Amino acid sequence: MQQRDFTIRELTLKANEIRQSIISMLLEAGSGHTAGPLGMADVFTTLYFDLLRHDPANPTWSERDRLVLSNGHICPVLYAAMAHSGYFPVEELLTLRKYGSRLQGHPHRDFLPYLENSSGPLGSGLSQAVGMAIADRMDNGIATSRTIYCLLGDGELNEGNNWEAIMLGGKEKLHNLIAIVDRNNIQIDGYTEDVMPLDSLNKKWESFNWHVQEIDGNNIQAIIDAVHQAKAVFEKPSVIIARTIPGKGVKEFERKFEWHGKAPNKEEASIALNELRTLGGKIKSEHK
Amino acid sequence: MLNPDLKLNTAIFADDAEQQPIRKGFGEGLLKAGDANKNIVALSADLTESTQMHLFKEKFPERFIEIGVAEQNLAATASGLAAMGKYPFFSSYAMFSPGRNWEQIRTTICYNDRPAVIVGSHAGVSVGPDGGTHQAIEDMALMRVLPRMTVISPCDAIQAKQATLALSSNPRIAYLRLAREKTPIITTEETPFEIGKGQIMYRPEGLAQVAIIATGALVVHALRAAKDLEKKGVKVIVANIHTIKPIDTDLLIQLAKEAKAIVSVEEHQIAGGLGSAIAEVIIQKYPVPMEFIGVRDLFGQSGTPNELVEKYGMGKDSIIAAVLKIIDRKSIS
Repeated sequence: MQQRDFTIRELTLKANEIRQSIISMLLEAGSGHTAGPLGMADVFTTLYFDLLRHDPANPTWSERDRLVLSNGHICPVLYAAMAHSGYFPVEELLTLRKYGSRLQGHPHRDFLPYLENSSGPLGSGLSQAVGMAIADRMDNGIATSRTIYCLLGDGELNEGNNWEAIMLGGKEKLHNLIAIVDRNNIQIDGYTEDVMPLDSLNKKWESFNWHVQEIDGNNIQAIIDAVHQAKAVFEKPSVIIARTIPGKGVKEFERKFEWHGKAPNKEEASIALNELRTLGGKIKSEHK
Repeated sequence: MLNPDLKLNTAIFADDAEQQPIRKGFGEGLLKAGDANKNIVALSADLTESTQMHLFKEKFPERFIEIGVAEQNLAATASGLAAMGKYPFFSSYAMFSPGRNWEQIRTTICYNDRPAVIVGSHAGVSVGPDGGTHQAIEDMALMRVLPRMTVISPCDAIQAKQATLALSSNPRIAYLRLAREKTPIITTEETPFEIGKGQIMYRPEGLAQVAIIATGALVVHALRAAKDLEKKGVKVIVANIHTIKPIDTDLLIQLAKEAKAIVSVEEHQIAGGLGSAIAEVIIQKYPVPMEFIGVRDLFGQSGTPNELVEKYGMGKDSIIAAVLKIIDRKSIS
């Protein structure tokens, strides 16, 4: 099922709603990751409301694209995007990380079967996506119209398993595979270039025979254009290095690695929600 | 005597009994399975011929994927293939897969619930001259501890073929343990095989005093030990446990009740392997004394397979000694 076309403005507002959900979920859970989910809200919104071939009413639709989340810790944004696009009720988001919830602290297919993969330990998502892309090509031939997306963090590129997968993807020339790297420059111990330098990241991927684009990952039009561009590349897999602002949308959280792995308290959440509801102070909030 | 119901190779006690590497049976089995189940795909980590996957590769090149020397990617790519409905068999040396990629197997295959078969060749010290780095003696423990995992350790090449075919017709998450060296052929094509079902291979006249429960390439030593012991008037029953998990609980209890003493035999660390799996059952259901034949918290080294099996106390004479020791323990208690 192709969903109706949303305008960029509608998608921007949708991303804002998803950010609000993320804050509410994390406050209720009392633990979890804040910076990554907020930074990736625009990418997930654009995927779930524009780019993905999927049908939330029929999650096992055989013709669907596949979305593999490699860095499972940013799952609040995945859950929020899934709920807002119709996979399950938005109210369920507040069960995140609680006993008996379908929304496990890191995604688990046993609990939420609409997930394409369970994840948490870093570095193995791209291998799974490569396997899916190879299987898709075995079944549907070189002209397959399906896209396998893999979302990765930049910090997780420290894991060697990724580079094994990047090598295999390049070797197999998997044009049906698009990797999107959340290049937000932070990881738990600090800024990525201090913990373990990744640059020149684009040259690294290029040298493994991938088509590389570097974009503003908080610009919805840029995300749409990059994915369309990636789909137009036939001879190799594509990576989109999405430069995002960690904590995007909440000034107090932005660009601070301290927000990688913690949840906001009540006061911080209230400030964050107010900022999101007023679009950063541009409009008045009815809630305050 | 050999259990006639199993139609075993009656020439097994001869020094010149026919020998085949256990891994060869896997290669032949996978080739045959490829015809029957079109969803089967094969992945290799630069050890295609060594793990006997070349037969499948030659016949089904479009269903074969060369991963290179990258075992983490080997496991996780297999998971992705399984997510799309394929049934992957992926092979390497047991030391590297499941040795190196345990977490990928846990998360992307078991936790993720994606049917795939991990084929670990060159298990045990009988790998020989390559030395301790290449001798996996921890692999069954590593795999046995994972939820959803089936662990199979065939006793010869024919059984490896049967196990491969049984796995191929009924997709599941499984570890198939293979050995490098040629070992005597114990079973025949007519020997029945069922995953999870142990086999009583040797029975004495009357009730047994000791049950030897063995797996893999050492089963033949257990059989020959039983035969020698019978000549000395010691009555021993021998069972082959080819499926370490789920283990044949009923058979274990039956053997404990009859013999009231068990000797486990495996080419693996004593910690966490077949003996441990037996003890977990026996201690709860019908406690009897046990002796363990296996590697005692050591690494392997270079040598011929026979030298190493002897050095680490897993040969026929060590098994005989363990049986005599446990008879002593029984008489004291």
